[in-house]
Amino acid sequence: MSAQKTERLLNLVIALLSTRQLLSKAQIRAAVPQYAECATDEAFDRMFERDKDELRDMGVPLQTGHHDAWFDDEVGYRVDRAAYALPEVRFEPDELAVLGLASRVWAQASLAAPANRALLKLKADGVEPDGASLVGIEPRVRTSEPAFEPVYSAVRDRRAIRFPYRTPGAGEPVERHLEPWGIVSRHGRWYVVGHDRDRGATRVFRLSRVEGPVTPIGPPGEVSVPDGVDFRAQVSTLVPYRPSSQAVLRARTGAGLALRRRATGSRAGSDGWDDLTVPYGDAEVLAEEVAGFGPDVRVVAPDEVRDAVVRRLEGVLATSAPGGQDRHEAQP
Amino acid sequence: MSAGATDRLSRLLAMVPYLVGRQGIPIAEAAAEFGITERQLVKDLELLFVCGTPGHMPDDLIEAEWDDGHVYLGNVDPIARPLRLAVDEALALVVGLRALADVPGLHDRDALHRTLAKLETAAGEAATPSAHVAVDVGEPVGPLADVRRALAEGRRLHLTYFVPARDETTERDVDPMRVLMVDGRWYLEGWCRRAEEVRLFRLDRVEALQVLDVPADVPAAAAQRDLREGLFQPSPEDTVVTLELDTAAHWVVDYYPVESVDRMPDGLLLVRLRAADSRWLRTLVLRLGGAARVLDPPELAEDVRRSARDALEAYVRA
Repeated sequence: MSAQKTERLLNLVIALLSTRQLLSKAQIRAAVPQYAECATDEAFDRMFERDKDELRDMGVPLQTGHHDAWFDDEVGYRVDRAAYALPEVRFEPDELAVLGLASRVWAQASLAAPANRALLKLKADGVEPDGASLVGIEPRVRTSEPAFEPVYSAVRDRRAIRFPYRTPGAGEPVERHLEPWGIVSRHGRWYVVGHDRDRGATRVFRLSRVEGPVTPIGPPGEVSVPDGVDFRAQVSTLVPYRPSSQAVLRARTGAGLALRRRATGSRAGSDGWDDLTVPYGDAEVLAEEVAGFGPDVRVVAPDEVRDAVVRRLEGVLATSAPGGQDRHEAQP
Repeated sequence: MSAGATDRLSRLLAMVPYLVGRQGIPIAEAAAEFGITERQLVKDLELLFVCGTPGHMPDDLIEAEWDDGHVYLGNVDPIARPLRLAVDEALALVVGLRALADVPGLHDRDALHRTLAKLETAAGEAATPSAHVAVDVGEPVGPLADVRRALAEGRRLHLTYFVPARDETTERDVDPMRVLMVDGRWYLEGWCRRAEEVRLFRLDRVEALQVLDVPADVPAAAAQRDLREGLFQPSPEDTVVTLELDTAAHWVVDYYPVESVDRMPDGLLLVRLRAADSRWLRTLVLRLGGAARVLDPPELAEDVRRSARDALEAYVRA
């Protein structure tokens, strides 16, 4: 099915690129064998309309216009080769090596495939990269948050969105409405900055706290980003690297050494447990680490860390129930 | 799946100009460049072979030959140039380049700026949305400057290094190979003279570091690890574990020694990986908080379940 469709779209692209004059729908139907096989005009119309949209979404610059020799209501189509083709910019071997590094920033994150495809397009001239001059310092990001794809698309297409968002320490997720301006990765986590319609102010949201579907609530292009907004500065102001809070943890004697290493205070207990004071910046990050120690470390305070640990452990218990329970029932 | 058809078309339209510029390229090499199997590449060539300009007489069709293991393409004139960069493509590279530019002390800054300027020309309007996406590489941690100096001067390092998995501090000499920043964490990759292997060291776990007056001596056989395979490497004697990963845990595939990955319905991944130490895996699954499920071995699944239950009980009692 899919191969047949790829074949049809490829023939369509080639046909539209091969013509100097606009082609009418009838000409296109005759030019692409897969269209000629359409049983009815309606079937062809529907298929061609969808195909056109998909080519446009891929970035194929489809021109439409009226051919002089036709009646006014007949639309013609073609693709201008100059508009279609990547401009002839020649990259030197060391520049291609830098592009290779840049494409690998996305590792296997969701933009890895477009990054690789772009690189191959730019290498089409036959020049091979030369990485000899690069001293390897290689940044990588990942996009593990399920909300990344839809939020990224909304930022790219400048569309308003709504999503359920969990504020630390505030219980159940609350539906938020946002005009997204930018998306930023900081310290391995993604944040979206924008105009919060509920609060009437600029806000930063962490994508890992989006719990549920991200739904567009406006047309593409609707969001206008104010001039001079520095997303990165906003995120870094609101998301400090430096730990700003302290948690009190109880660790079994001899366990949790990674936590003990950075504890600012510890008191040995007589019952086989020690109290540790551990600075942290983000409750979820600390909770992830604490949950990893299982029963050997538990949170005394504050509640935001405690609740985040309990939520994780409950999640583990729900998905690891014996007898291969269906996870969809286990996870509401 | 319509996304499948357009994704494949995007690949074909990128592939044709690439192959035309490299007539006779070995199938294996071309497949690796596109990140697909050789079988898939041949399927792509078979598809190209039946497409062409209107008329679709033999002379109109794309010529493709690959019988001798090398790929030759012809009669592709309309699609001989690559399609302009799509927004996602331009954005991925522009944002990647800007992240590189932010890395303190990257050597060839000149090449970086030339590349960015050319890329913006080549991408045109498609580069505009990239202003709305940023990767902040963060503040470098303590010993980065010393590590970079050792790299640039080709000198050996002595590290005092904390190993959380064993809860101990170790002393070792390391010949540096490169520095990585993965998700805001900095790593040194180098030849560890104690282990006689290529090892990764997290810079925030380096407790002390000296640049020695000894030239670094990385054996010719020492290979930088292919990070597409993840940060950590398996060993054949490790136990094989099967995990089911929810979307929130998909990153595991990039970071650990995964033997195989199968895509399941509903966005689940079925992953087999090797681990030397089941404690490490228990920790991982607990951290993932329900986004991963152990399918095999059953003892590990039970271990995880018991740990979560015991840990929770402490909160219920409290």
